[in-house]
Amino acid sequence: MKKTILTTAVLIAALFGVQAQRIKGSDTMLPLSQKAAEEFMKINPSQTVTVTGGGSGVGIAALLEGTTELAQLSRKIKFDEKNKLKEKGKTVKEVIAAYDALAVVVHPSNKVTNLTREQLEGVFTGKITNWKEVGGADLAIIPYARETSSGTYEFFKESVLKKKNYMSGIMSMPATGAIIQSIAQTKGAIGYVGLAYLSKEVKAVHVSYDESKTFVAPTVANAKNETYPIVRPLYYYYDAAKESKVKPFIDFILSTKGQKIVSEIGFITVTAP
Amino acid sequence: MIKQIKNNQRKHSFSSPLGRLGGAFVKFLLTASGSITSLAILLIVIFLFKEGLGLFNSPSVEKGYALCVNASNPIEELTPQQIKQIFDGEISEWRIENGELKMEDNSQFSTLHSQLIYPFRFDDVFSIYSDEEFGEDYELLPQKLGEVIAQYSNIIAFLPEQYLPRENKAVKILPVKNIRLADFFGGKEWLPTASPSPQFGVLPLIMGTMWVSFFAILIALPLGLGVAIYLSELAGTRTRNFLKPVIELLAGIPSVVYGFFGLVVLVPLIQKTLNLPVGETAFAGSLILAIMALPTIITIAEDAMRGTPRAMREASLALGATHWQTIYKVIVPYASSGIMAAVVLGIGRAIGETMAVLMVTGNAAVMPNSLFQSVRTIPATIAAELGESPAGGAHYQSLFLLGCILFVITMIISATAEFISKKKVP
Repeated sequence: MKKTILTTAVLIAALFGVQAQRIKGSDTMLPLSQKAAEEFMKINPSQTVTVTGGGSGVGIAALLEGTTELAQLSRKIKFDEKNKLKEKGKTVKEVIAAYDALAVVVHPSNKVTNLTREQLEGVFTGKITNWKEVGGADLAIIPYARETSSGTYEFFKESVLKKKNYMSGIMSMPATGAIIQSIAQTKGAIGYVGLAYLSKEVKAVHVSYDESKTFVAPTVANAKNETYPIVRPLYYYYDAAKESKVKPFIDFILSTKGQKIVSEIGFITVTAP
Repeated sequence: MIKQIKNNQRKHSFSSPLGRLGGAFVKFLLTASGSITSLAILLIVIFLFKEGLGLFNSPSVEKGYALCVNASNPIEELTPQQIKQIFDGEISEWRIENGELKMEDNSQFSTLHSQLIYPFRFDDVFSIYSDEEFGEDYELLPQKLGEVIAQYSNIIAFLPEQYLPRENKAVKILPVKNIRLADFFGGKEWLPTASPSPQFGVLPLIMGTMWVSFFAILIALPLGLGVAIYLSELAGTRTRNFLKPVIELLAGIPSVVYGFFGLVVLVPLIQKTLNLPVGETAFAGSLILAIMALPTIITIAEDAMRGTPRAMREASLALGATHWQTIYKVIVPYASSGIMAAVVLGIGRAIGETMAVLMVTGNAAVMPNSLFQSVRTIPATIAAELGESPAGGAHYQSLFLLGCILFVITMIISATAEFISKKKVP
């Protein structure tokens, strides 16, 4: 009997001792947060971190309703979202945990190695339809995009297309792997993938954002020294009132060990410690 | 079936009082499960239509936003398509007649507003003014927006409703209309996340679905019937006992596996042999769907042919008909209602298939005019987009409406199947 009471007491104590944290949001950041949470829990066994995806918008909605402590976003918080949080009396704090670069890729046999932002806009909005218009062979351009639900789709639209719409009838693939597969087997194809997914089956194009003065190759080094233009920060957002609760995890991600996970996943580390 | 069960119950229930009670209980259970199932189906259908039809009460501009122009601008109304083209830079001049924007190039229009359009998004205001100028809680934001709009007579601004400069006399707020039936069913552009004005043209999706399914059946039907005739009439017992389970096994392969096979094997093969620019085409989708519909067609058609009474076959052979004449003059006509049912069920399988098609057709929302072109089907669209569309929004409702369309199509097909299989051969 005494033993039972004792175990119950220990259990209850353990339950209260455990600090539960929830992270919710972007699917792009899911592998990073999961890996980081695993390592974090190894170091701090008293803490539990649960990570769920659902999309950047879902993360902010959860933060608004208080069903998560940390929201992970692959884009900056929108003005409306900030306002809604303010109405609920929450001021959010922002932490950039890593950077993600998008590489524009073509079929390995394609002669074109340099493209300007304006040319990319033309290709993906359907104004440029043949490779000879951008210095390649006489071959139809087949642009591939991701599905509309993907954060990558939105980021590429914002950064490269300057918020213009993709051409209607663009090929849209359900996953990054499918894009690589299709581009590797289609001669006239062009598409975009995260830097971490680059492989020998496709050829990455050098991109210029300054009207063809400089063309920059998509490499981790170029993304880090900010010469490669198609880079997006990956954010964590949290309520300032709950800072003490999430601080250990944020500190862990920004530590040398956390940033090592960042580069293992294929993202670019934040240069400042 | 149910009548038979009822008869059995009656037989048993007279045997003992306990049996009678048990029979009543089983009867109650059967009735209850039947009515619960029908109720659940009915509720699902009602839910589907309720969510879907909500689309026509949604504004054609993104919810919570409005479009403003300078008060000197004579424009009264813009269609969703025009709004999209303006913000994409495809329409660049205000050519206005009777308050409407004219698309065609004609120099006769009042040159008052024949000037370049300046599309202005809400975020742009932050690059004109610094954050401090809006006040602590952004209370000066509407005023600043008003200043910008008053300054440019050629502006069209896309702003959140809460920051509209309503007091400013130099600002005209364009009325927002709801999404129209004609835009949905007649539109040819599917860009559900376009901002400011999403495009819900469902025609390419319906055509894509029909196109892929039609050619799938065109491929699967002769093949399936051939195999069914072979299995029921020509194959020996041992061959049949081996082949039939193998074919039925085809139906058990998950569709995502078919899709993966299609993407990795079929798509490059089609592209190389036919020398096409892309391999992800309607043809690839049709081929995969044909393979997937085959087991259904073969099994049902074969069962129907084997159901031909022995007396009829023997009568035909006794009259001097050859084996082959017996097959196509006696057996196929006798089994025709079963064969039709097989075809219709095969079509149903093809139309509703999601995963395999999502992976091999390329999902480009264009009106199909050739078999060797990428298409987007309704199930693939729902599967790919529902995950991230905000619940209750116009995009979400439009996907439910797509579900309704699919439901109506399959309902027509199963009603046809019912009608055909009831028909008796004279």
